[in-house]
Amino acid sequence: MTDLKELNIELNPLPGAIPATFAQVNEETLRTTCRACQESGGRLVAIWGTDAYHQASQNRFTVHIALVFAQGLVCLSHPILNDPPSCTDLGDIFFPARRMQRALFDMMGIRFTAPDQRPWLRHGAWPETLFPLRKDSNESLFYQNTPDPYSFIQVTGEGVHEIAVGPVHAGTIEPGHFRFQVVGEKILRLEERLGYTHKGIEKRFESLEWAEGVKLAGRVSGDSTVAHGWAYVMAVENLCGHTAPIRSLWLRALALERERIANHLGDLGALGNDGGLAFGLSQFSRLKEDWIRTNDLIFGHRYLMDFIIPGGVNHDVAHAQTIQIQHEVQIIRKEVQHLKRIYDEHAGLQDRFLMTGRVLPDLATDLGMIGLAGRASGIAFDLRTQFPCTPYDALNVNMITHHNGDVAARVIVRFEEIFESLRLIELILAKLPQGDVRSDIPEPPSNSIGLGWIEGWRGEVFVAVHTDSRKKPLRIHVHDPSWQNWPAIEYAVMGNIVPDFPLINKSFNLSYSGHDL
Amino acid sequence: MYELLKQIVRSGIKSEPSPEPDENLKIINQRLHEDILKQFGRSLAIRHIDTGSCNACELEIHALNNPYYNLEGLGIHFVASPRHADMLLVTGPVSRHMETALLRTYEAIPDPKLVVTVGDCSCSRGPFEKNYATIGNVSRIIPVDVALPGCPPSPRKIMSAILAAIQIKKPEKNTYIPEIRSFKPESDA
Repeated sequence: MTDLKELNIELNPLPGAIPATFAQVNEETLRTTCRACQESGGRLVAIWGTDAYHQASQNRFTVHIALVFAQGLVCLSHPILNDPPSCTDLGDIFFPARRMQRALFDMMGIRFTAPDQRPWLRHGAWPETLFPLRKDSNESLFYQNTPDPYSFIQVTGEGVHEIAVGPVHAGTIEPGHFRFQVVGEKILRLEERLGYTHKGIEKRFESLEWAEGVKLAGRVSGDSTVAHGWAYVMAVENLCGHTAPIRSLWLRALALERERIANHLGDLGALGNDGGLAFGLSQFSRLKEDWIRTNDLIFGHRYLMDFIIPGGVNHDVAHAQTIQIQHEVQIIRKEVQHLKRIYDEHAGLQDRFLMTGRVLPDLATDLGMIGLAGRASGIAFDLRTQFPCTPYDALNVNMITHHNGDVAARVIVRFEEIFESLRLIELILAKLPQGDVRSDIPEPPSNSIGLGWIEGWRGEVFVAVHTDSRKKPLRIHVHDPSWQNWPAIEYAVMGNIVPDFPLINKSFNLSYSGHDL
Repeated sequence: MYELLKQIVRSGIKSEPSPEPDENLKIINQRLHEDILKQFGRSLAIRHIDTGSCNACELEIHALNNPYYNLEGLGIHFVASPRHADMLLVTGPVSRHMETALLRTYEAIPDPKLVVTVGDCSCSRGPFEKNYATIGNVSRIIPVDVALPGCPPSPRKIMSAILAAIQIKKPEKNTYIPEIRSFKPESDA
């Protein structure tokens, strides 16, 4: 990846738990820096905007772009000088930028010069001339339903027909719309439409104190409550120049690995079921229930919500409880090893898994895929390995990758990550430092930015926190890894048959709520 | 196949194994079964709809089907179409983008029908306040029989909520006529 020194931009280090720098750039430098990042194997993390209305600032809108370079995160801030606000399109450089740019227009009214100008998060619930994240937006004007025309791209030809699925799906899953163009059983094209669960989370963050904000962050995506909670408090702690007590950081990692295992257990069961092996669902859902009942006993919540707080964790874990966890780890490891053998040897299941929903490494790189699904397509990136924060710097995390990019690869990565997380839990418990688990965070500086970046079970969760001149939250941006991986499903299903879609979709298991915000 | 069968035997029957929490569950199970028989014949069919939940309530609804709770063993099962359902199980604070889908799903369920809401969000207690994008309460869109708080409520609590709903006597023909309309913030109940 490119050396940051070659970029010819003035980078200011952002202190904190992750290597991050910050720079203010004009439009030309923005593009050249993004291009240099992409060409050198870096990628886009997130795009968001801020509105400095009421603030003593020269320009009102700023577009922020977080990129990964070999040395860490680079956050570029590009002040928007024109009115109405617009910005150069980055979708030709970074594929995942396309939807993020459409969402940024819906939320803040910053228009990107991109070919696709369709709305993304806004459906017909409010007029397109209103932008909820603008500081001068009048909420009472929003309550008027407007027509919601949305043109899906159609495939024409003999025998081609369309299947519309959702927003309400056949199973107990979150809402979203999928439009298939099929011939016979074969999928020619899939187009997703998301935004159904948009509930104004980012707007709500702006009115919350940090202690309340972390609760909301923990409910951005209920299955990733630890990852989102930690990323949020990391951003706040970095902003305030505060380090939480060392023991609390280790306990956060314990919770994060427990969350990873709980979700992988659930997914492996569901994937077995979708592949026609109900036995797998029964077995894995039994193990998951055991696992989350232990969460309830030790952490007071089955899904570990509200365990992480700004400045530490909510409560300590007693020595007797660590022994209980160690005991449980041994049992689960043995059970999962046994079930893995059964999955591996089950011809019918492997027939459904192998070569289904493939995203090959080259395509995955072009799409900017990340996280678990990325690693199953050869994208060797795991924050716990590349930029390990405490305590991961002391744990030597083994990254799990696979190069086949099919459902089978995503199953294998899940199995291996369970074993690795079990090892990490044992290591964390063996090395757990003594001390306090709570601390008071100081007041944040005014007009500043703090970044949080955590490898959740699905992928990296990114949070940016901006303060205004009164040291209050100006803008909180939460970025779920699903943003990067949702478009990959559109490619993964091509050429597969319609009945394999639930299996492929489940093998990614992306968040709707975390994406729609 | 031998390994698979061996694992099934080795795992044994996990439904209600522990005496403490699962004993209570067993009582609920038996009562639930009687009520279902009375009102719905031999089984209760549930259609779930997520109106903007964070997915935690969905995880607990999934857990209802694990061997510990074994909901399906009682004749209660989740169905893919609202037209096959007796009960609508609603999660989430009702995002305005899901308002129409919620109404249509409700209308598609044949009478007599029951509505149970699951989770703090669905009954105005959640972290997502009503705002430009969120209505904040299911009962402002469709009539609700039982509202279960919790973030998320445990599978056992969801089971008791389903039981509570079955005990409510419903008229044969539903008199509520829903209409698709825009939500006004002033008309707060």
